[in-house]
Amino acid sequence: MSWENYKHKGPGNCKDGRPRLNFMLNIHDIAKTFHPGTANEVRALQGVDLTIDDGSFVIVIGTNGSGKSTLLNAVAGSFLVDRGRIELRGRDVTRWPEHRRAQLIGRVFQNPFAGTAPSMTVAENLAMAGKRGQVRGLGRALSSSMKATFHDDIRHMGLGLEGRLDNAIGSLSGGQRQSITLLMATLRKPDLLLLDEHTAALDPKSADQVIRLTDEVIRRDRLTTLMVTHSMHQAAHLGDRLIMMVRGRVLHDIRGVEKQRLTPEDLLARFEEVRRAELLDETAAEMLRRQYV
Amino acid sequence: MTLLVGAFTMGLVLSLLALGVLISFRILTFRDLTVDGSITLGGSMAAILIVNGVNPWLATAAACLAGAAAGATTGVLATRCGINGLLAGILVMTALYSVNLRVMGRANLPLPEHTIVEQAASLASPGASWSIGRWDLPVQDVLVDVTMAGIIALVGAAMYAFFRTNLGLAMRAVGDNEQMIRALGVDTGWMTTFGLALSNALVALAGALLVQYQGFADVQMGIGMVVWGFASVIIGESLVGSRQVGLLIVGAVMGSILFRLLVAIALRWGLNANDLKLVTALFVFAALVLPNVLGKLQAQRSRKL
Repeated sequence: MSWENYKHKGPGNCKDGRPRLNFMLNIHDIAKTFHPGTANEVRALQGVDLTIDDGSFVIVIGTNGSGKSTLLNAVAGSFLVDRGRIELRGRDVTRWPEHRRAQLIGRVFQNPFAGTAPSMTVAENLAMAGKRGQVRGLGRALSSSMKATFHDDIRHMGLGLEGRLDNAIGSLSGGQRQSITLLMATLRKPDLLLLDEHTAALDPKSADQVIRLTDEVIRRDRLTTLMVTHSMHQAAHLGDRLIMMVRGRVLHDIRGVEKQRLTPEDLLARFEEVRRAELLDETAAEMLRRQYV
Repeated sequence: MTLLVGAFTMGLVLSLLALGVLISFRILTFRDLTVDGSITLGGSMAAILIVNGVNPWLATAAACLAGAAAGATTGVLATRCGINGLLAGILVMTALYSVNLRVMGRANLPLPEHTIVEQAASLASPGASWSIGRWDLPVQDVLVDVTMAGIIALVGAAMYAFFRTNLGLAMRAVGDNEQMIRALGVDTGWMTTFGLALSNALVALAGALLVQYQGFADVQMGIGMVVWGFASVIIGESLVGSRQVGLLIVGAVMGSILFRLLVAIALRWGLNANDLKLVTALFVFAALVLPNVLGKLQAQRSRKL
């Protein structure tokens, strides 16, 4: 769907209608089934097409089990897809292992403990992030000039953490750790930033703070971003495009002026639509079962 | 006194084993049982080479390489072939038993005079001794200890420096948060394999020095060594009370020496030498379980308050 849209409306197409490389991410018909052929079979992605412009900030919403986190993990390479193709900055990364894709991708996870190494210091964590996707040799990991840079970076976040560079990161709160993880993910400018409900596990105040930092860094560095969220407020107010996933497919793709006008109520209405449609499906299925079984 | 000096030297030599176990057990959080086989591999490699007239330092270096190969094998089995880490270690350890017999050609091999230990001791005359109070300290023993301490200081300093490099930081992160460091572009399987190679190189170094100290290599010498390593690391941690890498390294060395001294004293007080491994296992069991139990008790108490 989005592919066809772009053929006609997209700003950066070549004469033959093929996209130029100003697409950052190009997902073509990817599918993933977990535990195939067992009672636990989950068809998490059932043919997703998605093309994202360089510098675009895309919000991903959807019901539980709609495949939104699976989509992010497929792009990050946490598993390999069953079919389809994933291109990042014009390179086919479909078969690349997770650690290789890290050259191009920065990530923040839902679990605030997932993105940092707890027993290592804040400075050491940042030093490791500074080497994301690069060869790690026997050079000294931390110099005093690096520490000074980290000190400034953290001071700019305005969390009062600049004095804690040498503390183990495990001694920080969830919100603080998530802010540091965000800084780590963007320390080397990533081609693509993946945010997987990164404020869902935080208290409202910390969540607001992390969202403020997220918006700042994405604007400042013009980062191409895919952000999954449960918050209708965030979904309505952040980003320049929104996709809504249902049952492993992209159901709505809202962008431009329509995205700007979007309110949380609109989104709730769309969810209600989905819910009704699914209920209808269930009653229809039940009816069929009664008639034929 | 001789008993204590002997125990002290054993503790020093085996602190290299403790440093090796520190890398797998604490840094990588990989329960690596290869150790029982790789310490014997180091011992038998060094022994056969020295018997055949190779320079003892070269023989010791070759033993390290053999240990690294053993560790890398466990790493490949665990990370590339998807075998459970404990099982991978057991497989390699079991295979190494035959390898060690092949290397030595028999189960027990006495060493000739030209070992690192003899070289160090020969710097002083056999009868010379320093008297401290009412004890006589043989100068030769002191020289051996100083040599061993020198080797350990070098290894310890190299480890400390390594764990502050970009590569070393990444290795620590593999044990601390594997998902995170993979998301930062590190092939955690390769890194684990590399870490196990380093770890078992140190273990084999301990084996090579051990056979030169005791004057023979034996195919059974590795049995239970991994548990000795765990015990040393655990004692070391409680001694330094920190998880900082530098202190962990110092702690492991101190733990190894202290544990040997405690064992020597316990034997002196009448502990049956046959019960030693049982007691060691019980000690490690207690050290692993007690913190959990104490934590639960504390939680219960705070709930009541």
